[in-house]
Formats: sequence, structure tokens, C-alpha cells
Amino acid sequence: MIPPKFDYHAPKSVAEAVALLEQLGSEAKLLAGGHSLLPMMKLRFAQPEHLIDLNRIPELRGICLDGDTVVIGAMTVENELIASEVLRERVPLLGEAARLIADPQVRNRGTIGGDIAHGDPGNDHPALSLVCDAQFVLQGPNGRRTVDAHGFFLGTYMTQLEESEVMVAIRIPSFATHSGWAYEKLKRKTGDWATAGCAVVLRRSGDVVSHIRIGLTNVAPTALRAEAAEQALLGQPFTDENIARAVAAAIAITDPADDLRGDPEYKTAMAGVMVKRALNTAWARSA
Amino acid sequence: MAKKLISVTVNGKLEERAVEPRTLLIHFLREELNLTGAHIGCETSHCGACTVDVDGVSVKSCTHLAVQCDGAHVTTVEGLANKGVLHAVQEGFYKEHGLQCGFCTPGMLMRASNFLKENPNPSEDEIRMGMSGNLCRCTGYQNIVKAVQYAARKLQEAPAA
Repeated sequence: MIPPKFDYHAPKSVAEAVALLEQLGSEAKLLAGGHSLLPMMKLRFAQPEHLIDLNRIPELRGICLDGDTVVIGAMTVENELIASEVLRERVPLLGEAARLIADPQVRNRGTIGGDIAHGDPGNDHPALSLVCDAQFVLQGPNGRRTVDAHGFFLGTYMTQLEESEVMVAIRIPSFATHSGWAYEKLKRKTGDWATAGCAVVLRRSGDVVSHIRIGLTNVAPTALRAEAAEQALLGQPFTDENIARAVAAAIAITDPADDLRGDPEYKTAMAGVMVKRALNTAWARSA
Repeated sequence: MAKKLISVTVNGKLEERAVEPRTLLIHFLREELNLTGAHIGCETSHCGACTVDVDGVSVKSCTHLAVQCDGAHVTTVEGLANKGVLHAVQEGFYKEHGLQCGFCTPGMLMRASNFLKENPNPSEDEIRMGMSGNLCRCTGYQNIVKAVQYAARKLQEAPAA
């Protein structure tokens, strides 16, 4: 399979990429790691006339600290997330979850920004961004703006990223002390998308949950933040009864697609299992 | 849709070609350079039969544009042996019978050689994780794991080989 014909552009700076997007309009697509876009082009689900390759823009790569906030360049690849000491110390969920994404070769190409900006509900970084209270830095013709992950995902392949904008960076506050975290992902095989996935970040204060975020992967047209489920545990003791209320609230908002990974009933049930496992793991780690 | 001129060092040899932007690296290697070691399997970045090294990291060449390799160093399975002497992973797959039909083997060898640079002394679990982007329909993977273990031992004994 060969992609349809296109013109190739390899800008050296974000400003140059934005200028190309402005000039070429809706006929252009940004090429990050290419492991979603190139297969879609081979299958003719996408037929852009222009590809703007972001791989030659050094400013889009790397992980650094800005005060207590970890700043991850949008073109940073999954294997760099796994290897990062800064992430291991500050946001340990991310490198751990990245090990569950795709396979070693794909993780050398697949980028965190591409995973987020693509808007595919099967991708893992949207739910991870939601539970980490991430913000996305977007650059367009009028400069940069920063938006919250919460509210960014509008629908399948639809996000707040405008046609002439490039995602520049992902900003994630360092986890506070007494934080616990987990990403539970049910998948059929290495490299598969989740049948259902759940990300949790919480904090413990004595026997009470003092902060909690629950995010769901691939059980609705977008990644979901399960806010009612969070409320079932926030300020409450971590009891079996409260966990059950949180699980029930989480599965109440799922709307999974029927596909080869299972029917909606099965996926909804598995979402509940993933939520319960992620909550238990996160709580155990928060001590 | 103009062709682009690219310079790529493949197995130590500088190659200059004009390519269509849509030309995939796997097709560039096989059809332009007649390096047919890397195989076309699933074409969707799942099977790993097309695995090569680009600038020192393993990639699936079916999901990589040739034009993106301008200025890059690419190694294919043809570049693995040194003056007729098998690379340790090639010897390992031969000694431990790490293949049956052989279709997946070029990708397995390229991934294994790169993985052992990342992790020279891996556990069995780490080998299975490190090789998880390469599918084999014949062996059940057991002998592939043994082959990688063989190569790891050999490379540890004689790191210069």
C-alpha cells in the first residue's frame, strides 16, 4: 500500500510550519510520528495534498522543567517519555503508561503531541493528560495560547486545535507528595488500542481521598474525564462501597463503539474493571 | 508533487536519489536500492518484518517516508554481517533455530541487534518486551528468545566482535 500523492514540506521552525499551514489551508496535514496518519493515507481515509513534516523542528523535542511544571515538547517520542528521569521523578504515570502504547519500534516514532492532537479516542495520552491536569501550548498565526486538556477533546478526530495551529508543548504540574497513580489498559495484544482503559491520579490525606482524577480511554467518542466518579471518592474514605459508587458512576458515562474488541456491554463492563484496578493501585501507591 | 532529491547513507554507502514524497522507506530500499532483505509484511506497522535502523533506532520502514531519511544513516539486514562474518544475532538465530519459514527473520535480526545495544544483558521478560514489535507465525517465539540470549552472551564475551 502506497499513500496518495502529496507535496512534502519540512519546515525548520514552528513559525515556518504555521506559515505553511496558513498558506496551504485545509489541504495540508501535519506529519508527526506518522503512525496514525500514514496508515490512514494508505487506506485513503486521508488524502492531504500537502504534508508538513514536524520532524525537523528541534524546538519541538525534549523534556524540561519550568518551576514545578514539566514541559514536554509535542514531538517528543514515547521512548523518550519512558527514558526520562525528570518524568520518573515528577510525573511517573506518563513513562509507565507509555510502555503500554504500541511497540518498541513505533515508540521510537510516535509522539505525545501527535497522539493528543489526532483526537482518536483509542489513543492513550488524552486520558493521561486529563488526569494529570495537563495544559497544551498551541501556536498559530496570532501567537501562542495555552488550553486545558479538560475540554480540549470535542469528538472523534475533533479537538480545540485550529486548522492553522501547531501543538508546541504539553505542560504537566509535578505530582504532589502522597500522590498515587495508575494506568490500566486492557488490550488483546501488544500494539493494540485499549478495549477499555482507565487512568487515575489521586492524593491521600489520612484515610481520605483529598484529590482525584479519573480518565477513560476508548469507551466513548473521546477520552472522558469521569467527574461524577471522582465526586464519589473526593473527601471520602477509600472504602469498597465508595469504590463501587465510583465504578458505577464511571461506567454510566461510557458510550463505546461496537467493534472487534467487543460489544458495548462488554467494553462497559471492562471499563468498570479497569477503573477499579486503577483506583486500587493508585491508592496503594499513595501511602 | 515534485520529486525530492535525497542523500541517504545505507549500510555505509552514500546513496543519492530523486524520490516521490510518497515513496515509503521500505519501497526505496527494496526497489531503488535492490536491498530486499527487509520484508513487506502487514504494511500497517504491526508485524515488524520491515524493521531497519534509522540513525541508530529501530523503525518500521513501511511507515516511514524515504524523503524523511534525507541525511540519515540507515542499516538494513544486509549491513549486519561484517566482511562475511555473521553478526552475533545472526549466529544466534542459526544456532538456536530462531526461525522456520524465515519471513520475519530480517526484521527480527535488526530489532534484536538494536535491542542488545539498548540492553546488553536482558532478562527473558525484557527480551520479550523488547522484541514485542515483531511477529512470528512459526516459532512460538521460544527459540527467538533463546537466539537473542545466545547473541547477548556472545556480545558480552567479545564486545568488539
